[in-house]
Amino acid sequence: MIPSLAEIKKSLLTSLWFMFLTFPVMVIRVNTIYKTVEWRWRNLLIVGAGSFFLSFLWRYLIKRKETGQKKIQPGSTSVKSLIQSAFDNPKLLIPSLAALAVFTTAFPFIFSLYQTNIMINALIYIVIGLGLNIVVGLAGLLDLGYVAFYAVGAYSYALLNHHFGIGFWTALPIGAGMGFLFGIILGFPVLRLRGDYLAIVTLGFGEIIRLILENWNEFSFGPSGIANIPRPGFFGIDFSLHQSTIFIYFMMVALVIFTIFVVNRLQDSRIGRAWIALREDDIACQAMGIDKTKTKLTAFALGATWAGMGGVVFAAKTTFINPASFTIWESIIILCIVVLGGMGSIVGVITGALTLILLPEYLRAFSEYRTLLFGVILVVMMVFRPGGIVSTARRTYQFEAIGNKDEKR
Amino acid sequence: MKNDNDAHPILEVKNLTKDFGGLRALNCLNLEVYRDEIVALIGPNGAGKTTFFNCITGIYPPSSGDMLITPPGEKAKKINNLKPNQVTARGLARTFQNIRLFPNMTVLENVMIGRHCRMSAGIIGAVFRPKSTIVEEKQVVADSYGILEKIGLASFVNEFAKNLPYGAQRRLEIARALATEPFILLLDEPAAGMNPLETRELDNLIVQLRDQEGISILLIEHDMKLVMSLSDRIVVMDYGRKIAQGTPQEIKANPVVIKAYLGEETDAPVEECTDVLR
Repeated sequence: MIPSLAEIKKSLLTSLWFMFLTFPVMVIRVNTIYKTVEWRWRNLLIVGAGSFFLSFLWRYLIKRKETGQKKIQPGSTSVKSLIQSAFDNPKLLIPSLAALAVFTTAFPFIFSLYQTNIMINALIYIVIGLGLNIVVGLAGLLDLGYVAFYAVGAYSYALLNHHFGIGFWTALPIGAGMGFLFGIILGFPVLRLRGDYLAIVTLGFGEIIRLILENWNEFSFGPSGIANIPRPGFFGIDFSLHQSTIFIYFMMVALVIFTIFVVNRLQDSRIGRAWIALREDDIACQAMGIDKTKTKLTAFALGATWAGMGGVVFAAKTTFINPASFTIWESIIILCIVVLGGMGSIVGVITGALTLILLPEYLRAFSEYRTLLFGVILVVMMVFRPGGIVSTARRTYQFEAIGNKDEKR
Repeated sequence: MKNDNDAHPILEVKNLTKDFGGLRALNCLNLEVYRDEIVALIGPNGAGKTTFFNCITGIYPPSSGDMLITPPGEKAKKINNLKPNQVTARGLARTFQNIRLFPNMTVLENVMIGRHCRMSAGIIGAVFRPKSTIVEEKQVVADSYGILEKIGLASFVNEFAKNLPYGAQRRLEIARALATEPFILLLDEPAAGMNPLETRELDNLIVQLRDQEGISILLIEHDMKLVMSLSDRIVVMDYGRKIAQGTPQEIKANPVVIKAYLGEETDAPVEECTDVLR
C-alpha cells in the first residue's frame, strides 16, 4: 500500500506537532552543575521520525478496525465472542482449564516469593474487581468510591484483631458483612442519583471514609495506621514467612474461584437480569415490574461485600494498614480493571486485573518510562477496544422443536 | 365490545389532573376502559396523551384525581401513589413511544425481564440454586419462549435486542409487556414508524390479544386508519382535556374533533371537574 500525498502531509503535521509538544522535555536540558543549557537536537529528530512512522501505523490500525466492524455489523446472527465460543467447545475448554490449574498450582513453587506476592495482589484485585463489576458492569452504577468498602473490610479485621483478638477466619465473614452493611448505607442516599451525579457522591463517600480513618486517631490510630496484624492461620500451624505467603496465595486462589462461582450464578439469575435491565434502561426496567430501589441496593451491597472480603485479606497479607492504602487512586485502578477488561464480563475482569496489576510490575525494567507506557497502553486500548478486552456475551438458549424446549448452556 | 352484564370498568380514571409547575398538562380527565375493549386515545401533539399514560403507570404522581383498577375477580383498587413496578405487578403493562428495550440483552432475556415480578428467587436462591429456583428458571424460559412464538419472534430468540429490525423491536416491546401478565395493556403509538404491512400485522396482533388472551387495550395512536379499524371506542384529547369520545363513526363526524385537528378555536363545551362521582 503506497501512502497518498495527503496521508504523508497529515503524518508530517503529526510529527511536527509531536516535535513541538515534546520540545521542552526532550530537547532542552539544563545542566545545573555547569549552569549551561544543553540542546539535544538528536532527540528532536528521533521524535519527529518516530511519530511520522507511528502515525501511519495508527491510521492503518484504525482503518482496519473500522472495516472489521462493518463486516460484523449487518446480519450478525451470533452474539458470541471468540473467547465465549472457546468456552463452548469442550475440546478446547478442558485442556486449557487443566493447563491453567497446573500453572496456578505450580506458580508459587516455580517463582520467587516476590513474584508470588505480586500474584496475590493481582488475585485480590480480581476479587474486588469482580465485586465492582456487579455495581458498574452489571447494574451500570458508576461508583468512584469503591475503595471505601475495601478500607471498611481491612479496618474491620485490623481493629477487631487489635481490640478483641479476633482471628482472620472469623474476620473474613465479618468483613464481608461490614462491606454489605456499608453498601446499603451508601446505597440509600444515592438511590435517586445516576450517572455523573452518582459518581460524584460515591467519590465523596470514598473520601469521607478515608478522611475519617486519617483523622479519628482514637478510633483508627490515624495516619500511623495499625501494625502487627496477624497473617491467616491454618489450624494453629506455625508458618514461616515463605510458607505463609504460599498459604495466602492458595487461599486467594480459592477465594477467586468462589467469587467467580457466585458472580457467575448471580448474573444468570433473576437478580442479575434485573441489574442488567437497570443498566440498560431504568425507566423501562421499572415499568416492567422491577423494584428499582431493591435492585440498586442489592447491587451496591453485594458489590461492597467482595471489597470487604478483599480488604480483610489485604490487611492480613500486608500485616500493616494505614489510610494511605485507600486513596482515590485505588478506586480508579479498580474501575480501570472493570472498564478495560470488559464491563460485565467475568473473564474480562480477570484479564483486566492481571494486566493492570502485573503490567506495572513487569514494566519496572523501563524504570522511569513505566507510567508513561502504562498510560499509552490505556489510551491504545480505549481507542481500539472501547468495549474492553473481552466483550460481554449473554447466555444463549437453544430450543429444539416448537413446544419441546431444551435448554443448553 | 362492552359487556352489559359487566358494566363495571376495569380501569377508571376520575378527574385526573397533572400540573408541571404552571402548566396544566392534564385537566380533569375522566376515562373508563371496560373488559375486552380496545380504546384509542387520540389528539394533536402535546395534547397530554403520553403524560396520561405516565400518570396511570406511576411514572408521574398525579396532582389530583383518582385512578382505579379492577383486576378480574377482584375489587376495585386505587393505584394513585404506587410506584411503576407496583402498578405493573397489579396487572397494568405498557409499551413506550420511543422504543425502550434493553438493547444489550437477548430477545429472550428481554421477555424474561417481564416475568420478573411474577418470580420470587432472591440472592440466596441465585447463589445456591435450590430446586425451586431451577424449576422457576426453567418455567420462565419456557413461558418467555412461548410468548415469543405467539408474537412471531421465536427466530430471534438469542439475538441482541438492538440488532432487531424496527418492526420486530416494536413487537418485542409488546411481548415484554405481555410477559408481566397484564389484564390491561397500554400501547403508546405502537405503529409509529411502521410500514403498511407491519401496521396490518400489528392490527391483527392487537385483536388477537383481545380475543384470545382477554386483555383489554388502551392505545395512543396517530395512524387514523389503524385507529378507526381497530378501536371499539375513541377518546379525543386536546390541551390536557377530553374533548370528545365515542365510536369511530361518531368521532369521524364530530365537529369539535375536526376543529381540534385542523387547529381552529374550539368553542365546544369541555368537561369540567365535578364533585359528583357516579
